Amino acid sequence: MDELMLGTLLASTLRVATPLILCALAGVLAERSGVIDIGLEGKMLCAAFAAGAAGAVWGSSFVALAAAIGVAFALSMLHGYACVIHRGDQVVSGMAINILAAGLTVVLGIACFHQGGQTPALPDEVRLRALWPEAPEVLGDLIGNGLAGYNVLVYLALALVPGVWLLLQQTRFGLRLRAVGENPHMVDAAGVSVHGLRFSALALNGLLCGLAGSYLVLAQNAAFAPHMTAGRGYMALAAMIFGKWRPLPALAACLLFGFLDALAIRLQGAVLPVIGEVPVQFIQALPYLMTVILLAGFMGSSQAPGALGRPYLKER
Amino acid sequence: MTEQVEVKPLAVRMHNIHKRFGTVQANDAVSLSVRAATVHALVGENGAGKSTLMSVLYGFYQADEGEIEIEGRPVRIPDAHAAIALGLGMVHQHFMLVDRLSALDNILLGAEQGFFLRRAQAMARERLLALMQSSGLVVDLDARVGDLSVGDRQRLEILKALYRGARILILDEPTAVLTPAETEQLFAVLAKLREQGCTVILITHKLKEVMRLCDQVTVMRAGRVVHECAIAETTVEQLAEAMVGRKVSLGRSEPAEEVAGEIRLVAEGLRFTDAMGCVRLKEVSLSLRAGEIVGVAGVAGNGQSELLAVLSGLASPQAGRLQLGAQTFGVMPGERWLDPRIARQLGLAHVPEDRHARAMVMDFPAWESAVLGYEALPAYSHKGWMRRAAMMAATAAMMSRFDVRPPLPQLGSSKFSGGNQQKLVLAREIGQNPVLLLVGQPTRGVDIGAIEFIHARLRELRDAGCSVLVVSSELDEILALADRVLVMNAGRITGELPIEACDEKTLGMLMSETDVAQVAEEVEA
Amino acid sequence: MISFFKSGATPPMPRWAELVLMPLVNLAIAFALAGGVVALVGQAPGLVLETLLQGAFGSLRGVSYTLYYTTSFIFTGLAVALASHGGLFNIGAEGQASIGGLGIGLLALWLSNSLPWYLMWPLLLIAGMGFGALWAAVPGYLQAWRGSHVVITTIMFNFMASALLSYLLVHQLKVNDGMAVESAPFGASAHLSGIHQVLASLGVEWPSSPLNLSFVLALGAAVAVYLLLWRSRAGFRLRAFGSSASAAEYAGINPRHQTLLAMACSGALAGMVGMNEIAGVNDKLLLDFVGGAGFTGIAVAVIGRNHPFGIVMASLLFGALFQGGAEVAFEVQGFTRDMVVMLQGLIVLVSGAMSHVVAGPVARLVHACSRREASFTEKETQHG
Repeated sequence: MDELMLGTLLASTLRVATPLILCALAGVLAERSGVIDIGLEGKMLCAAFAAGAAGAVWGSSFVALAAAIGVAFALSMLHGYACVIHRGDQVVSGMAINILAAGLTVVLGIACFHQGGQTPALPDEVRLRALWPEAPEVLGDLIGNGLAGYNVLVYLALALVPGVWLLLQQTRFGLRLRAVGENPHMVDAAGVSVHGLRFSALALNGLLCGLAGSYLVLAQNAAFAPHMTAGRGYMALAAMIFGKWRPLPALAACLLFGFLDALAIRLQGAVLPVIGEVPVQFIQALPYLMTVILLAGFMGSSQAPGALGRPYLKER
Repeated sequence: MTEQVEVKPLAVRMHNIHKRFGTVQANDAVSLSVRAATVHALVGENGAGKSTLMSVLYGFYQADEGEIEIEGRPVRIPDAHAAIALGLGMVHQHFMLVDRLSALDNILLGAEQGFFLRRAQAMARERLLALMQSSGLVVDLDARVGDLSVGDRQRLEILKALYRGARILILDEPTAVLTPAETEQLFAVLAKLREQGCTVILITHKLKEVMRLCDQVTVMRAGRVVHECAIAETTVEQLAEAMVGRKVSLGRSEPAEEVAGEIRLVAEGLRFTDAMGCVRLKEVSLSLRAGEIVGVAGVAGNGQSELLAVLSGLASPQAGRLQLGAQTFGVMPGERWLDPRIARQLGLAHVPEDRHARAMVMDFPAWESAVLGYEALPAYSHKGWMRRAAMMAATAAMMSRFDVRPPLPQLGSSKFSGGNQQKLVLAREIGQNPVLLLVGQPTRGVDIGAIEFIHARLRELRDAGCSVLVVSSELDEILALADRVLVMNAGRITGELPIEACDEKTLGMLMSETDVAQVAEEVEA
Repeated sequence: MISFFKSGATPPMPRWAELVLMPLVNLAIAFALAGGVVALVGQAPGLVLETLLQGAFGSLRGVSYTLYYTTSFIFTGLAVALASHGGLFNIGAEGQASIGGLGIGLLALWLSNSLPWYLMWPLLLIAGMGFGALWAAVPGYLQAWRGSHVVITTIMFNFMASALLSYLLVHQLKVNDGMAVESAPFGASAHLSGIHQVLASLGVEWPSSPLNLSFVLALGAAVAVYLLLWRSRAGFRLRAFGSSASAAEYAGINPRHQTLLAMACSGALAGMVGMNEIAGVNDKLLLDFVGGAGFTGIAVAVIGRNHPFGIVMASLLFGALFQGGAEVAFEVQGFTRDMVVMLQGLIVLVSGAMSHVVAGPVARLVHACSRREASFTEKETQHG
């Protein structure tokens, strides 16, 4: 492998990993507060559609971002309304959001743009551009391609990882959030609103899912296409679990999964010595397989937040 | 207003509080006045409405009607936050702590100063060290709460309330989980706090504790206040009478006519460590004979639950042997421990302590709960198919024999009252004529009428030659039922007495004595 | 005046209201929301509904297609429901159905040219059920013995199933000359007869459609699930475990075995989807033949209240929506079948996740009505 190849591999790893990182952080926030979130996929998909549609209509990246965040936020609030206030089943609610998103985005896409569910391609000025496009020429292939030359969302995602860690571990809000995911009765007894905390976590969760969705449309592709998340939300869920519900390990998992994805694309049809043709499907399935193995306790223990999935009921 | 100088001002005044849950009137025109710098006892049986009243005071529930005054000012307490701001602090029976956080973080939670934790932690630590010194409550602030002992956790809870500036402390059944020695320590702390001007409301149903520590007492029964007076003017008997609403005469039963038949069960050297690594049973040995009721007495949490679990096959011990009839069970290689199915086949029936979690499936109709565990009997199923008509008929028969009301086999299990559920469970377990019956807390959450009925059935069973083991945290119940009493303390059997040799004093001593020794060791160390 | 939207104690609902009224109310709300979206995108909900019903039930051919879709939904709905009675949420019906179909396909490729149909059909069924059961049993095993949660594991297994199927089709089973990723066609004995063929042999004329004998199999499976759950000892134990694991433990029911059993049976039911799609219609193995039926099964189980009868009814509803939706897409410009997917999401949301939101007001309404009725009869008897 030469420098160029390593550089591009690294680059595609980060590009694939960015929406995973944002979504995984969203998952960490929700689940540490005790709310299961398997609706990441649906929220990201809806956000992507919103970004694509708003960007196409108004021609502004800011409006596109705002629309994406707004839609994902609204879905998070819906999840909270069903599960936090009315104590609905969190897994069922998440699945409902995923199924709803898969249908609704296509219906609206066809109705609004008549392109088989796609949104019109966004012009370059709406898309997020690399902050420093000349980097590969200045710094060489490895560093220039691999580390510099990304758009703002990539760096934001990376910066948000320590940010979320700091929020959880070093702030008042984080302490309360961790506590409410372990023992909501205690938080209530301490005079802090359980619902308030869980809704705050879900609000941040919506914000991050919105960013993830808009990344797909504004940076990775140039338009929304039906089902474009293609399971990334579930992969982020896997990364979050693989990272044991902690931001930094979740980042590592996202990078690993992103790398595998990039590798799978690179190795498509390639014939390696000894192994022969690499079954790409195996590499694609590897993140899920590894998560299953980890969860089964074959790779160290992993402990979910104590009150995860249990709605809070005041009457004890 | 009284002009007497020595009367302290009121810290809490609750007036005409009403609170209902569905059809249950939990508090009915309840009034309570607590004077500052006193320890005020709130006593009553389970379900008398004590906890509801205190939950109203602490803002967990809103009263349907009524007023509250704190330190002379009328207030509204919409949530715990408001209660804390008014200087109230509550120590719940089930501790409100997060196992995975440190003791310091647990105290800090909800009372953090500033957005960033580091500074808040440093400031809190300083204040807490001073507080620990003045109150005598010492806890390792950096320990994970999950690693702390029960006594430590309770101290932490009190510390937490004081840290929030509580001047009025509410303690809900604080001694239920404590050993007698820990109880001593707690009472010393509470007395000290009273000297420092703190007001304490103690929810309890242990009257002797009330007499020892408290200044005033309010007795509740069935949602109402039935008695209120200064401790100096009352006796345990008076309070007990007020609590249950009649002369307490839990008569001692006629001892079995023919004492001690054949040996039905022998357990030797049982040792059990729970999932948390806590040793719950230490070298427990016992034997049960036909035609006797053996009572297991002890403060809750001293291994009685684990003993029942191990003897009924719900849990495997780490060491020990068990002989049940002709069969032997063990944990050595090649041996196996009893499981609940084999236990039933051998005629060992079990009425579990936790009716809701174990004895019935609350989603099932009564006729399905009434065969739970016995579904494989030929009477109830044939070649893998359930015989519904037979199950329903059997349930109806159980219901009429045990006076279960309403006698409707189709009704959901959860729709029956506690007493009727317990009667149905007892009917099921007794129904197959067991040679051995294990009963945990036979009358917990059961109304008084049903208590006598259940006791009578247990005695009948004994007279018919069954061997009965009763675990109860109510000493009165043990004294009323047992022919022989085992006392458990800290995972050991610390005493075995025939019923003639039993009185509350002796049993109380046996229930606590090793702990005194332990405390002495700790003090020396 | 009673406030129907206040929170607080919900009066208990009579059984009929809980079993019949609640699903209908939930459906009505979901349909109203979907109708709103239809109107929003500029179409007439009334016209769409009419075309939909016409397409689903207006002709024998339409009915046949409806029942063909219904068949797969019955299988996956039963799969989700059975697991749910064991206290488990099986999100993996999609993957289990793929692997069940894989089993059927492999067996058909292997033996369909050498065995007659009367041996082939039972073997195909066993293969489908067996592969599905095994694929579901692994998450069951992992939950029971290793403590990993079945919800997460089955999600992961869906992706792994899809990767496995894709690998086998692309690398091992693909026919060399074809562009499409699919296996060689099976021999005739692996083809499950269409209903029109069966009826023709009985002298009844019926339009040709993909509806095949799997539909009968599905109805049989529904009856079998009913008998298993409510009439057999195994079902009694499974439901006891699903409702209260601690009570089941007390009753001597091994929790691990129940988890494994529930997942395996659930997977076997999902695996039967392949009978309908692979053996009944396609006669070859291909990608994505499940087409989301596994997720539709969640909606079916939710709206059918996990009861076989409810599931058959709910499957019929979704079958009609899928068939009718296809017709609408053909007739009405700009309508797609994704509308049905959206409706499915709304149904899961309203009657699954938000069941408590709706139940309160409905219960109070029923309560108020029955009270008023009672007072009327009281007055009448007084007067009479």
